[in-house]
Amino acid sequence: MDALLELQNVETYYGPIMAIRGVSLKVFPQQIVSVLGANGAGKTTVLKTISGAMDPRKGSVRFGGDAITARDPDQVARLGIAHVPEGREVFPFLSVDENLRMGAFTRRDSGVRGDLDLVYDYFPSLAGQRKLAAGFLSGGQQQMLAIGRALMLRPKLMLLDEPSLGLSPRLVHEIAEIIQRLNTEQKVTMLLVEQNAKMALEISHFGYVMEVGRVVMQDSCERLKSATDIQEFYLGMKDEGVRGRRRWKVRKTWR
Amino acid sequence: MEILQLLISGISQGCVYGMIALGFVLIYKATEMVNFAQGDLMMFGAFISFTFLNLLGWPFIPGVLATLGLMAALGVLIERVLLRPMIGEPPFAVLMLTIGLGFMLRALAGAIWGNKPRALATPFSGGVIRFGELVIGYENLAIVAGTAILCGLIFLFFRYTRLGIAMQAASQNQLAAFYVGIPVKRIFALVWGLSAIIAATAGILVAPVSLIDPLMGSVGIKAFAAAIVGGFGSLPGALLGGLIVGIAEQFAGLYLPAGFADTSAYLILLLMLFVRPEGIFATLQRKKV
Repeated sequence: MDALLELQNVETYYGPIMAIRGVSLKVFPQQIVSVLGANGAGKTTVLKTISGAMDPRKGSVRFGGDAITARDPDQVARLGIAHVPEGREVFPFLSVDENLRMGAFTRRDSGVRGDLDLVYDYFPSLAGQRKLAAGFLSGGQQQMLAIGRALMLRPKLMLLDEPSLGLSPRLVHEIAEIIQRLNTEQKVTMLLVEQNAKMALEISHFGYVMEVGRVVMQDSCERLKSATDIQEFYLGMKDEGVRGRRRWKVRKTWR
Repeated sequence: MEILQLLISGISQGCVYGMIALGFVLIYKATEMVNFAQGDLMMFGAFISFTFLNLLGWPFIPGVLATLGLMAALGVLIERVLLRPMIGEPPFAVLMLTIGLGFMLRALAGAIWGNKPRALATPFSGGVIRFGELVIGYENLAIVAGTAILCGLIFLFFRYTRLGIAMQAASQNQLAAFYVGIPVKRIFALVWGLSAIIAATAGILVAPVSLIDPLMGSVGIKAFAAAIVGGFGSLPGALLGGLIVGIAEQFAGLYLPAGFADTSAYLILLLMLFVRPEGIFATLQRKKV
């Protein structure tokens, strides 16, 4: 099976600063793939490079076999990549309804109205607030709106940047469930960037671990969950050690 | 009666300021640039309508529509050729560019149509309505009616059309607009076209009252003050600011010593900056940095 999205040796800079140093990754159709890593690992930059908000200096991005490297973000969106940016960037003064309709800006087909109902089915808490300006929604509802707006594009691939950021554990659970449902019911392929490794590993099929701009580990999530490095550094499980104390000398295998 | 008379001429003058201010605010909201050539666009629009209506002798409606079409094209062209390469440059550079653009438009108009003031003959030139002692010129009525119609159309456009809502979206959150597939750069060009149309409308309406000459765009500075009074970034605020400045100007002209009429706009601006620096209609949310 061919990869839906393929990055090869992508290097992206913020001015003189190299944010990602040769990242290669593949996303296969109908998978949920997550990218894990700490602050500053370059996860968000990877998504921005895919959606065209930033242009890589080296390497290529291919989507469905076509090179989309360094295209404008609106053109990338037209190809069916919906980016849900970090920090729930809604249109604050537009109503919930208008926000969602803007999600379908690129579409000319008649299915928009039906999809609007679909989004309200997935996010019943938005349905009661259709006429409310999006800026007045709670953080969780704004995140749902951002995901719903991305869904309105009928995307082949959804890029999710930290959907759990700043949400209560209950809401994180709710969002995770929605992501899983969208993946199985609407056949949307997902590329998920998360700091919440527990949640990400729970719902995704394949995972990449990034540190300071590089991919340091990649494996199926089943195996990542049982890898000792991941358990210790990302899931916070402690190794008791022989003497009943934590061993501080352990180093990550990739260092 | 005198007060009423002043009020009416103040409102019609204020509508002109308001329309130019509207153009300032539209461009600022969408692209975060201040277009100091807005008044000169009005002047250019007036000259183009003068060409169609008086020099070529077209009927009024087709002449006006041709003017608006041509001005929209000019606005789009300016954005495409001059301002798009400036994306990412410091705001100061962009500001200088628009000031320079204003000079160029003035010189161009002088070269094409000459520096002699011209009068635009329109169907609403010359006539008056009398209510007892009250005298209202058709031109003034046309300004008020034209402004009301234009504002109504703009309101409907932003409220109900897909393109209008997309323009709002692009101005509220540029990045998110890109991500949902709105062609933000093309939207910017269209915003320039729209504000050129508004400027041209103001030019056509004001031309029968004040003569057309290449320097008539200098009212743009007063309109800029009006836009700030209204709360830069609010469309109704721009219109209201224009009305306030226009009315104050008329009253200052009669009741205050000579010279106050022309400075009243800036006095109001100064007062406003002391009392309520964010303007009458402050935008609700501060921009996240």
